[in-house]
This record gives sequence, C-alpha cells and structure tokens, in this order.
Amino acid sequence: MTLPLGVVFFAFFLLPMAQLVLVGASGEEGMSAYFSFLTKTRHLESTIATTLLSAGVTLVALAISTIVGLFLVRNRFPGRETLISLLTFPLAFPGVVIGFLIILLAGRQGLIGTMTKAVTGDKMVFAYSMLGLFLGYLYFSIPRVLLTIMATAEKLDISLEEAARSMGASQWRVIVDVILPALRPGLIASGAICFATSMGAFGTAFTLATNIDVLPMTIYTEFTLNANIAGAASLSIILGLITWIALFVARSLSGSTVAASG
Amino acid sequence: MQETTSVQIENCGKTFADGTQALEPINLSIEGGETVVLLGPSGCGKTTLLRIIAGLESPDKGGKILFNGENVTAKMIENRNVGMVFQSYALFPNMTVSENVGYGLKVRKMPARERETRIQEMLDMMQIHDLAERQIDQLSGGQRQRVALARAIAVRPRILLLDEPLTALDALLRDRLRMEIDALLRKLNITAIYVTHDQAEAMALGDRIVVMSKGKIAQVGTPREIYYRPQTDFVADFIGTINRLPGTEKLCRPEDIRIVAPDQASHVGVLAASQFLGDRTRLVLSGITEEDFIVEAPLRKDIPLGSDVPILIDDRFLIDPKAVGA
Repeated sequence: MTLPLGVVFFAFFLLPMAQLVLVGASGEEGMSAYFSFLTKTRHLESTIATTLLSAGVTLVALAISTIVGLFLVRNRFPGRETLISLLTFPLAFPGVVIGFLIILLAGRQGLIGTMTKAVTGDKMVFAYSMLGLFLGYLYFSIPRVLLTIMATAEKLDISLEEAARSMGASQWRVIVDVILPALRPGLIASGAICFATSMGAFGTAFTLATNIDVLPMTIYTEFTLNANIAGAASLSIILGLITWIALFVARSLSGSTVAASG
Repeated sequence: MQETTSVQIENCGKTFADGTQALEPINLSIEGGETVVLLGPSGCGKTTLLRIIAGLESPDKGGKILFNGENVTAKMIENRNVGMVFQSYALFPNMTVSENVGYGLKVRKMPARERETRIQEMLDMMQIHDLAERQIDQLSGGQRQRVALARAIAVRPRILLLDEPLTALDALLRDRLRMEIDALLRKLNITAIYVTHDQAEAMALGDRIVVMSKGKIAQVGTPREIYYRPQTDFVADFIGTINRLPGTEKLCRPEDIRIVAPDQASHVGVLAASQFLGDRTRLVLSGITEEDFIVEAPLRKDIPLGSDVPILIDDRFLIDPKAVGA
C-alpha cells in the first residue's frame, strides 16, 4: 500500500516541485529570483494586486453566499430547485467563457455600455479593468462557496436559534452569536478554496487582463513572451506559497474541517 | 420570589401551510405557579401548542394567548420572557457552560458583576459548579440538560417551557433528573408547561395533566383523576394498563384485581404468561375476555403457566368512561 502511494507521490508531486524549484533558481540571478516578487516592481505590484483581488473576491463571495445560502435553506418556494441549479450553473464554465460573459456585460459593445450611452451619453466600459476581473472571479466563485455554505446551513440546529430568541436575543444577535459561529467551518473551508481558485485563475484573466497584471498572467508573459523561464518558475512557487499559507491558516483556524467540508 | 404568571389559551388552533391541521382550536387556563403537563403520542399537537405559547408559532386567526390577562399573541418569543428547555439541549457549542448560563443576562445587558453572581447562583442550584469552564462537547447528556435548565431559569422567566427534556436520556438518569426538575419547579414556584409522551413523567411532575390526541384535548385533570377516572377509551388506554370487563363498557386497572381462593372468585382465567417485575408480578390471563387480561399482584411464589387463576374484581374499583365527571 505504501510503496505505490510513495511512487505516485514522488512522481507526480515531489519530482515536478523539485524541478520547478531548481528551474526557478537556474536563471542569471540564481536563488535571488525568488525575491524578484519583492525587488521587481512589476512582479511586486502583480503579487499585491492578485492577493488583494483574491481576498476581496473571497470576502464578497462569502457575504453574498451566506445570505443567499441561508435564505435558500430556510425557505421553500416554487422554483427553488431550479434557482439553485441556475446559481450553480457557472461551475461548468471554463474561465474563458466567464471572461467572455463579462465582455458581453461591460465590454465596448456590452450591455452596460449601451445602456449608459443611451442614458448619459457616455459609454461605461469596465470589462478590462480590475472591476471586470473582480466581477468575473466573483461569478465563478459564488457557486462553489454557496454549495459549501448550504451544506453547512442544512445541518444548523434550529433549536439553538430558538433558545437564543427565548432569552431575548434580537435577530442580529442570533446571527452573530449562533448562526455565524455554527457556519464558521463552512465559511473558512469555502473561503480558503475561493481564495486559492482566485489566486490561480487563468482563463478569465487571460480574456480580460489586457492592461492589468495578475500573477498567472505575469507568469504566462514571463514564460512565453520574455522567455524568462526562471522568473516564471519562481513566480509559480511564490503563487503556490501564498495560496498554501492561506489554506494552512484556514486549516489551523478551523481544526481539520477544511478538507472535510471543502 | 417573583409574582407568578397565569396563562390563558383561547381558541388556539394551528393549520400549517400545507393544509394539515396540527391543532384544533382549544381553550385552556393555567394558573400561576402551576405545573401543567401536555401528554400525548407523537403528532397529537402537544409540541405545536407549546410552541404557540412560547411565541415560536402563531395560532390561526382568532386564537389568543394571555399572560396574566395581558394579550401577548402578537409578541415574538424574544419579547415574551419565557424560558425554554429543549429535547436536544440546544446549548451553544461555541460557549462555555458559564457563558451559556449567562447568555440571556448578557443579551439583557445586565452589569458584569451582577451577572457573575447570578451565574454562580444558577450553577449552585443545578449542582454543576465544577463544570463552569467546560466546553459543551465535554459534558454528558445529564450534565447538558442541567446546564440547559440553569440557562433557561437564569433570566427569571415568567413561565418555563420544557419540550421533552428527558427523552434523550437513559432510564436511570431520566428518573433522577425528573426528581430534580420536580424539586426545582416546587422551589421556584414558577408556572411550567412540560411536554412529554411518557405517562410516568407526566404523573410524577404534573399538578394537572392535559392528555391530547389528534390535535384535541382528550381530558384535563390531576394525575389521580386522569388515572382513575379516564373519560375516554383513549385516555384509559394511554395512561397505564387497563382491562375491559366482559359484557360491559367498564374498565379495571391491573393492580385493583385480587387473586383469591376459587370459591370467592368472580372470574377465572388461564395463565398465558407471567413477568416477575420485582415488586410485583404481571400475569397475563386468557379466557376472561377476547383480549389478554392483565393482573398485577405482589406474588411470592411462581404460578405455573397454564394453571387456572381465580380472581376477584371489586365493584368499587371499576372505571366507567361514559360516566363523565364521575
């Protein structure tokens, strides 16, 4: 049992990782390539922008999904099943399609552009800005987060809320003292997955990020256009490390529930 | 000790959104300080009635709940000042025992020092002082229900509502906690409404028992009245064991039947089964009625299966469900 497992682990995880680390250090700068994300302005900006974008997307996706998820779990109405399946529809889309949808919405020929031109005379285009990227990431993040939160919310014990209310707790206090603590494992798990996915998202960025830099795009540019293989490899490692740290923090915050409910 | 609160239930029915009627409009008056047990099989509407009194459900149009004459029907549970104890304990897993007990006080913005005193008082009363700093998942079922009781009474509620609080516990613990709850209710002199499907629990705790069946009140009375003067077959069957006498509508409790010498017997049955229960033996006789006839008597000796058992049914102990209010 351990031998095949060891072989697979070695061949598909350790070997490529080691190779990546070596390639990252093989350039003219050697090991210091790993600090390029601090020393090279472009790399630093890209790293900060990507991390902020992912953190923002995670927070907003969690907020929206918590409200929507609780509502969907608590209420039964005609069309509920259809609505849930529609909400999870974007799960199947590749990033390119999501980028395309954002262009249709906020691109030069997009819906918002046409509408704002008709109303104000100015065409509003933000598909290729940070906002467009943010919306795209949010769009594909919400289904993942929503499903996890709904699964956690299904298991909430209603009598806990009733007990709190019987002692005089307002709706707001019930949310803060009872519901959010109970949802915590699901929030941390889905938040970590959301953050990791956003950090590494390429398809959407490839479609939209013509003027802005996010890490996966920077890696792609270094690799294909500048043939800076060492730089690309070192940035890959940095990207992996930031995401890994985020998952690690999430894991230690919630015990070991990240893997379980993620 | 604070003033007690009476509860009037006027015309309270409950029809759920899917059209099922959980409760037909009922009327019930509960005195201040009284312990009333709502007893019935699952689905009889007892929990629905409790939830209407609590303010977790609203009654159908026309129904009213009054606390000491004040109409509280429109008030939500958070404004009714009731204490609730649940079958599932419903303790907050993210708080310690102390924090759970003090939660209602914190919500009411009681000053920290005063709150601490009240928490200590409650922990002492429920004898869970040693558990104060424990997490909830480190407690046994019995300990959890003690914490839940302490938490419910810490805010000094007007009435205490208990929804099958002992059902999740094992038999031995259930008996002990039942006695503790009984002592607690007497001590607090608080109006308490207790829901259970266990008739022994109902008899032990209730000043009055409300027997419910299919969304209706079948009978209201003291445990003695319910036991010895059941007004319907349902109540007679649900509370304890009962025998139907041949040829009449009359009923008889197993412990009121005596085993006598053959020449004094009013009936003779054949022993079909017997269970030695320690303090008494339960004999199942055939041949008296179509159904099994149950006799309970303190027996020192075994009676062999298949032998004749002469019994005497004293007329004084006969129960006539048709004689309403007898």
